[in-house]
Amino acid sequence: MSNKIFAAVTIAVALVLAAVTQLIPNEYFFSAAYTVLLFVILATAWNILGGYTGYVNFGSAAFFAIGAYTTVFLYNAFKAPLAVGIVAGTLVAGLAGLGLGYLTLRLRGVFFAIASLALAVVLYIFVVNWDYVGGARGAYVIQPREIPFGLPRYIHLIYAVQLVMAAFALVVARAIEKSTLGRGLAAIRDDELAAECSGVPTLKLKIFSTMASCALMGMAGTTFPYYLSYIEPSSAFSLSYAVNSIAMPLIGGMMSWMGPLIGAVLLGSVQQLVQVTVSSAWNLLIVGVLLVLFVTLAPNGIMGWVDAWRRRKGR
Amino acid sequence: MLGNSVLSTLRRVPGALFIGLALTGAALAQQPLKIGFGMSLTGPLAGNGKAALIAMEIWRDDVNAKGGILGRKVEFVYYDDQTSPATVPSIYTKLLDVDKVDLVVSGYGTNVIAPAMPIVMQRNLTFMTLFGLNVNSKFNYDRYFQIMPAGPNPAVGWSQGFFDAAMSMNPKPKTVALVGADAEYPAMALEGAREHAKKTGLKIVYDKTYPPNTVDYSPIVRAIQAANPEVVFVASYPPDSAGMVRAANEVGLKTRIFGGGLVGPQFAALKTQLGPLLNGVVNYEFYVPDVGSRFPFLEQFLAKYQARAVVEKVDPLGFYLPPYAYAMMQVLEQAITATKGLDQAKLAEYIHTNTFDTYVGKVGFAKNGEWAAPRVMMTQYHGITGNDVEQFKKPGRLTVLSPKEYRTGDLKAPYHENKK
Amino acid sequence: MEVSWALLANAVIAGLLLGGFYAAMSVGISISFGMLDVVNIAHPAFIILGSYIAYIVNDRFGFDPIVVSLVVSPLFFLLGAALYRVYYYCFERRGQESLRGLAFFFGILFITEVALVLVFGVDYRMVSTRYGDVTWRAGEVDFPMRLVVPFLVSMVMVIGVQLFLTRTFFGRAVLAVAQDQLALRLMGVNPVRVKELAFALSIATAGVAGSFLIVIQPVQPAIGREFIGLVFAVCVLGGMGSILGTLIGAFVLGLAESFTSTFFGPSWAPAVSFGLLLATLAFRPSGILGR
Repeated sequence: MSNKIFAAVTIAVALVLAAVTQLIPNEYFFSAAYTVLLFVILATAWNILGGYTGYVNFGSAAFFAIGAYTTVFLYNAFKAPLAVGIVAGTLVAGLAGLGLGYLTLRLRGVFFAIASLALAVVLYIFVVNWDYVGGARGAYVIQPREIPFGLPRYIHLIYAVQLVMAAFALVVARAIEKSTLGRGLAAIRDDELAAECSGVPTLKLKIFSTMASCALMGMAGTTFPYYLSYIEPSSAFSLSYAVNSIAMPLIGGMMSWMGPLIGAVLLGSVQQLVQVTVSSAWNLLIVGVLLVLFVTLAPNGIMGWVDAWRRRKGR
Repeated sequence: MLGNSVLSTLRRVPGALFIGLALTGAALAQQPLKIGFGMSLTGPLAGNGKAALIAMEIWRDDVNAKGGILGRKVEFVYYDDQTSPATVPSIYTKLLDVDKVDLVVSGYGTNVIAPAMPIVMQRNLTFMTLFGLNVNSKFNYDRYFQIMPAGPNPAVGWSQGFFDAAMSMNPKPKTVALVGADAEYPAMALEGAREHAKKTGLKIVYDKTYPPNTVDYSPIVRAIQAANPEVVFVASYPPDSAGMVRAANEVGLKTRIFGGGLVGPQFAALKTQLGPLLNGVVNYEFYVPDVGSRFPFLEQFLAKYQARAVVEKVDPLGFYLPPYAYAMMQVLEQAITATKGLDQAKLAEYIHTNTFDTYVGKVGFAKNGEWAAPRVMMTQYHGITGNDVEQFKKPGRLTVLSPKEYRTGDLKAPYHENKK
Repeated sequence: MEVSWALLANAVIAGLLLGGFYAAMSVGISISFGMLDVVNIAHPAFIILGSYIAYIVNDRFGFDPIVVSLVVSPLFFLLGAALYRVYYYCFERRGQESLRGLAFFFGILFITEVALVLVFGVDYRMVSTRYGDVTWRAGEVDFPMRLVVPFLVSMVMVIGVQLFLTRTFFGRAVLAVAQDQLALRLMGVNPVRVKELAFALSIATAGVAGSFLIVIQPVQPAIGREFIGLVFAVCVLGGMGSILGTLIGAFVLGLAESFTSTFFGPSWAPAVSFGLLLATLAFRPSGILGR
């Protein structure tokens, strides 16, 4: 399937899905689905760098928070509408990714990982000390009273927006994967030195994919302040975003765009389910145990099983 | 795109809706009264969340032993919010749309109250909340009520007693240092303290914040000492409260009055860990045994709570949060009984216009849903020896300086003289 | 604020004391991450585990937490050896250690944290020691024993690790593993055994560092996450795989923190520390003492 057709189909499916599900008379569906979709975007975005090139970004939460705080800033400054926040948040996060990539991608992978962690700490401190966006105290972003398209509640809108953004993230990820760029990235992952020697412009490719990955993470964060109405640094920079955006592609499979999608839907739903059933410390334990089990027993994730099964069938 | 969990829940909904509609009037009276909430049972605030839950369960059992509310047994539906605001919207929509609870109350703290507000407001529900810091200032929702006794202007009410005590010293102090953690509560408390400084004409000679995970606090205390303030106001969370008090002792901080907004010394853990280091510290409390005679029902409640707290490994004293969690439910109970139903508008109106007799005394609410008048007790530690918890269960270790009607003694200044 | 000599001297002493503690927390990472290339992100979780063991024994029997941690360090050693076995068979042997190993340790971090929550609850815990509230004063300079005692033991431990690595056969084998595994095999040494021993040693240091932590400040299970960034920062800043570098890195971060706190504003201390790390990565990625 060509990229254009895939894009058209995916976006169309998302739009239809967004429209049809509006009939569900249950708000829980929308908030649970919003959270799962948020993780779909984060996992897909992380995988563009982490899965395709093998560079581990520990700072997913930082880019997510950049998106969220861009929205807060624009809201405080101009009462800017959500759409402006989404575009701006995506761009700012992309620029931050460019900066990080430019500074540290010349180094070995582990150093990039540490640098992304350090960047998250530095950004966190900046936000904490920046009173205009609420500082340590947190900022309130009140959901508008008028909701477009005649939707009954604001959560219906941001859910639909999130669904379309998730589709967009998948389109971007697949386009990168299937292009010459994707093959270059795969070469970097398998053997960076060999790729460099055979003329792959490794640094450029890495910087580009870092930028795309970080921009999408920022996009995931832009609707978040509206979802919660209240945002403060420690929840925006929560470790759980960093962990989940690594864990989900791992569980789903990191070689293709399907993996993060499957991983995010699966692990995200399990987390939602556990939260409202096994109400205790076991929640975190389940994530931990799943993570350990999957990486030890199914090193290529769920997609790895699927591929193995296909190969066996093809034989 | 959805997990099985969501789908299967959805399938059950139309049925539940139908049953819900079919039951009316008399049939409904037999149904249990379901109260839903999220509570922090894991994560950084889980200690408080668990303590609150115990108190609320004691209330539930007390009420059910009396035959329930309006003849209906009370049932709780609650989920662990993991001290994370991100979990709150789905918890409250699940409670309301899937579990069909009759009422919701909040979890513990601003972080998890604020994200529930839009959901509660869209449905025009009466919302009793537990220890939020002026959440309603941004929402202006007239069915919001909050049980922490900080008064209609929490930021100012919080440290009123501390600055009253400071200004009662002779000669009057001229300089103040403000220090606190980079987090939501300290930021609010410091804002209030700045207002007090302005009102009282105190000159602010140090005004800085620190990250909550700081390991060594002595550089901070030395920098404060270098500014030589007469008054030191501290707003901190438990781990940094311990750090600041220790550092003040190690550096030998010389100032006339120290403390004000330390969260942590209210709990047994920090009281016993710091022990004699607390001598001289002035700090807020919501209940101390020294005023026990003013709260006749609290003793039996605390006995029940303390027995369970040991098993559940939470704060064994329970002076801070549990009585108020219980009182929050009492307010709700009395409003439902008086309005004879669950009409949310009537409930809100009743709570606004009446005062309530609770375990924590008479409670009335201001227009913004906070207590009509602040009742933060400002106290001073003295005579603590060793690290035994029993000494804190009896009166005698804390002097209540304010409010006036609870006063048990005078401020002993300067701070460092109390160490001798 | 005028800068007085007393303030300056105190800032230096506080920074060094803090750095000594950071060194104890990071020396294990310097071994596992710096020398063995094992990205053990769960290292802080073992530090917290050490804190709780010190706490429980101190609480029940009143023994000194640091002594307790030294006595039980063989247990941590065995735990580390077992963990490395699992890691080796599941990841390293298959050559997929980097990313999956990382996720594995993430999982271990959570499991340890939850296990502690289930056993001990979520309250802050602290120990009582005879020196905890004592401060020794030399003129206007303070030496709080709460920090001095961990500092001294930490120095002994770090120097001990350094001597072990440079003076013993096994230690040199560890250093060799970091450089050339094949050569080691040719010399008849099994690199897996060597790495197992080294990793076990790193976990043992985490247990001891845990007792320092609980002497210095109250501990609750989730607090370990706060130190993930710090231990890796110390290790990278000083130079990968160099114990001396780790020591220097720890002192640099300790001093940076105490100077920022004293003279500028404590709120910015982590930004200064991690800004230093970012600058190091950008301009001198091999670290201060890097190869």
